Amino acid sequence: MNDMTPVQTTLKDWETDQEVRWCPGCGDYAILKAVQRTLPQIGADPSKTVFISGIGCSSRFPYYMETYGFHTIHGRAPAFATGAKLANPELDVWLVTGDGDGLSIGGNHLMHVLRRNVNMQIMLFNNEIYGLTKGQFSPTSREGTRSPSTPYGSFDHPAKPAAFALGAGARFVGRGFDVSKHLPDVFKAAHAHQGAAFIEIFQNCIVYNKDVFNDFAAPKGAEDRQLWLADGEPMLFAKGTKGIALDRDALALKVVDVEGDDWQSAGVLVHDVTNRSVAHMLVELPFGPFPMALGVLYDDPAPTFEAGVAAEHDRAVEGKENNLAKLLAKGQTWTVSGTAQDPV
Amino acid sequence: MATQAADQCEAAVKSENPEAVVVRFAGDSGDGMQLTGGQFTLSTALAGNDLATFPDFPAEIRAPQGTLFGVSAFQINFGSTAIETAGDAPDVLVAMNPAALKVNLAALKPGGLIIADTGEFTKRNLDKAHYDANPLEDDSLAQYQLLAFDISAHTVEAVKPFGLGNKDALRCKNMWTLGLALWMFDRDRKPLQEWLKQKFAKAPDIADANIAALDAGHAYGETAELSGPLKQVHVDPVATEPGMYRTITGAEAVSLGLVAGAQLAELPMFFGGYPITPASAILHHLARLKEFGVTTFQAEDEIAAICSAIGASWAGQLGVTSSSGPGIALKTEAIGLGIMTELPLVIVNSQRGGPSTGLPTKTEQSDLYQAVYGRNGDAPMPVIAARSPADAFECAIEACRIAVEYMTPVMLLTDGYIANAAEPWKVPDPASFPAFPARFLTEKNATDADGNPQLLPYKRDAKGARPWIKPGTPDLMHRIGGIEKDSQTGNISYDPANHQLMTDLRKQKIEGIAVPPQDIALGEGAGKLAVVGWGSTFGPIHQAVRRARRKGLEVSHIHVRHIWPMPANLGELLKGFDKVLVPEMNTGQFKTVLRDQFLVDAQPLTKTSGQPFKIAELEAAIEEALA
Ligand code: SF4
Repeated sequence: MNDMTPVQTTLKDWETDQEVRWCPGCGDYAILKAVQRTLPQIGADPSKTVFISGIGCSSRFPYYMETYGFHTIHGRAPAFATGAKLANPELDVWLVTGDGDGLSIGGNHLMHVLRRNVNMQIMLFNNEIYGLTKGQFSPTSREGTRSPSTPYGSFDHPAKPAAFALGAGARFVGRGFDVSKHLPDVFKAAHAHQGAAFIEIFQNCIVYNKDVFNDFAAPKGAEDRQLWLADGEPMLFAKGTKGIALDRDALALKVVDVEGDDWQSAGVLVHDVTNRSVAHMLVELPFGPFPMALGVLYDDPAPTFEAGVAAEHDRAVEGKENNLAKLLAKGQTWTVSGTAQDPV
Repeated sequence: MATQAADQCEAAVKSENPEAVVVRFAGDSGDGMQLTGGQFTLSTALAGNDLATFPDFPAEIRAPQGTLFGVSAFQINFGSTAIETAGDAPDVLVAMNPAALKVNLAALKPGGLIIADTGEFTKRNLDKAHYDANPLEDDSLAQYQLLAFDISAHTVEAVKPFGLGNKDALRCKNMWTLGLALWMFDRDRKPLQEWLKQKFAKAPDIADANIAALDAGHAYGETAELSGPLKQVHVDPVATEPGMYRTITGAEAVSLGLVAGAQLAELPMFFGGYPITPASAILHHLARLKEFGVTTFQAEDEIAAICSAIGASWAGQLGVTSSSGPGIALKTEAIGLGIMTELPLVIVNSQRGGPSTGLPTKTEQSDLYQAVYGRNGDAPMPVIAARSPADAFECAIEACRIAVEYMTPVMLLTDGYIANAAEPWKVPDPASFPAFPARFLTEKNATDADGNPQLLPYKRDAKGARPWIKPGTPDLMHRIGGIEKDSQTGNISYDPANHQLMTDLRKQKIEGIAVPPQDIALGEGAGKLAVVGWGSTFGPIHQAVRRARRKGLEVSHIHVRHIWPMPANLGELLKGFDKVLVPEMNTGQFKTVLRDQFLVDAQPLTKTSGQPFKIAELEAAIEEALA
């Protein structure tokens, strides 16, 4: 995000007159609403806000936001966003991508935008499938996913978006899911972060990968299966009866039972969003033995790319003048006098 | 060792006051031949000769020493009359080792002069160059003049006072050789001494050693030992238009032209690039020009390079990207998006030998189809081709103008030859170019049915261009993208009639671009034969046509800058000739476009050896066509 003067808006101000074309019941609707709910709360200015996307169901997002929007080409949104941000650092850039767009065809660009730490919010809608092209397995599909291109079940090992982001050097990693009421909070934290803020959003593709996240996202039993992380708070779940502690021998996280309120003696960790080592463990936590880690997993700002570009520019131009005539005549010159002659 | 044939040197360059001389410096890639050639070029320019150069270096960065594929050469043609090419065959070949001799001998004119460093003609180096016997000692070079002596030993001797190790001492060999060349062609050493002092300001010892080597080479020419037989040659300054001159390579000219173009458009420039031979030089030049409002961004790949440039254009800067054939292929999808979203963008393509990786360091013009036709869908895009290093400056400005005035990507074609070659350039006055300031929309540009102000992002102006609307502008929020858009609102539209309309509008916009009428480079506007070229073939075609005309042949030279859209009068012009010959360094791509556009019987003359056309080849083709 940028420092900016807050602007008064309502949710309605962020809606376009375009008919939303996702399948009825698609998780994208909930994410759209969550974003439209967040922006008035953070005082965003629609004319300085830009949504840039690649290709896929999620990448239709900009058409439904009453902001500047650029629906680009498959996988390359981070590169467009980088150029736009460098050209005008005042823009508040939101990037919308998916598991296919961001991790398959565009994995390279996603890696570099994170590593460079270009100041923007990156929302990766992970539905573990190719929706727009009618249901092929994606790089995040679980092993054994049956799809038109894997009729006998996929056998590639899935990519883990949050782990990828952290490995690429991201300084902010957040996680949520489409219908979660906490999603706007994750967006707000991402927006408050100076630098590339990566948010993995589990999104229900009800047509091609229905309810694939139900094992943790379904309301029933959610308490036991979701670990909502908050900075400075103990890592508790299951209504405070369980917590996450460090297994010091294995150098890994473990689930511990908590007696009463005494999470301290159970050794439950207090979440420190700036602890990169713990963040690495959180993004790798296998769901099943562990709950799904959600919220702000990691948030530790570092200098942004555009700040580096601006600083380098200032250093480089110091004492130099923008004089084109001088530039053209640079180096060793010589002067020819006398009359012109036709060389032919 | 004394000269074997120095007394015939005079014959090698024909006279003591020739019109033009071609010299080729050849050595191991580690011998500094490009640097030697570059400095010789500068001294030639300062002496007031017209000139053209041709650097020819290996694709390998550090090829094993002494090998045939590690040979690097630099050819310069200079004279007292207009010089258009780097020359067909050298008069003088400087061979720093056996491999350099072997690779370059075939090009030397019969009777030409070879200057060879005997110190490098060791058994080991002869083996590496696949010589069974030392060519300096058998009769195999009998048809040439040979000046062979131990340059290595002379250099080591000259730099002795500076206490360099043998290796460092030998690195001064190229300066020694340059000193000799400067003496031969009656050149001032001063600028070079100054240059060396500057270059090695942090290591004065090295500077002094190099200057000593330079002076020693020069003195060697003058000494009694040699000066009897070795004649000095003086090439008179060329009669040329008065003004201030400098030498410039194509890569520099493109960079400066882009800077000038951005300033004429009153825009900051964003350059997204990715390293590739031979286009990287543009990225390197621009990276040092930040004070001119230039941001350079070395992206993670070719695709990101162009996409970042389009993103910057969208945000209100002049987006520029540059690459060579294979890199341009990678950018193709994004070019389509630039065409669809109608954003300004300049794409510089320094063509090289293809397909695929092809010949990265050699020159070719084989991306013309790619430039004109190479995209999915009906995706028209203007294409401009520079004819020479100096011409690349104006072409870059022209590319910026069209991009900004017509809201479109534009491709500027140069090639490996133009990028690396240097020629004298009359420094232009930036004020002499008309400005074309970019205009951004600041308020809604239409009224809806209810009389309320409305934004129509695809409402076109008289040129067919849509408005440029910067994100950040209050109240003009809108969305663009690669999906077909409504011809007014820019909203997604799958309507069949709208797609037909938009396809037509995109085509009409590009076809309607105002390009200057085609001129005749040499000769009459009608007649027996038109030789039609584009790009870097200008020099050899021009010289060949000039020579043919001197022989009384009825031939004209037409050189096309605007490849797409073409000048409106070009078709009629070509129809005024009985025959049309199209020489190009590909298998006949422009010929096909000319045939397609004008139904003329254009005949191809093609060459894809990675080397520019020789004047003689073209002269022969002209004579054959008129026989
Ligand atoms: S295919 Fe799936 S992801 Fe795409 S819109 Fe439909 S439900 Fe949503």
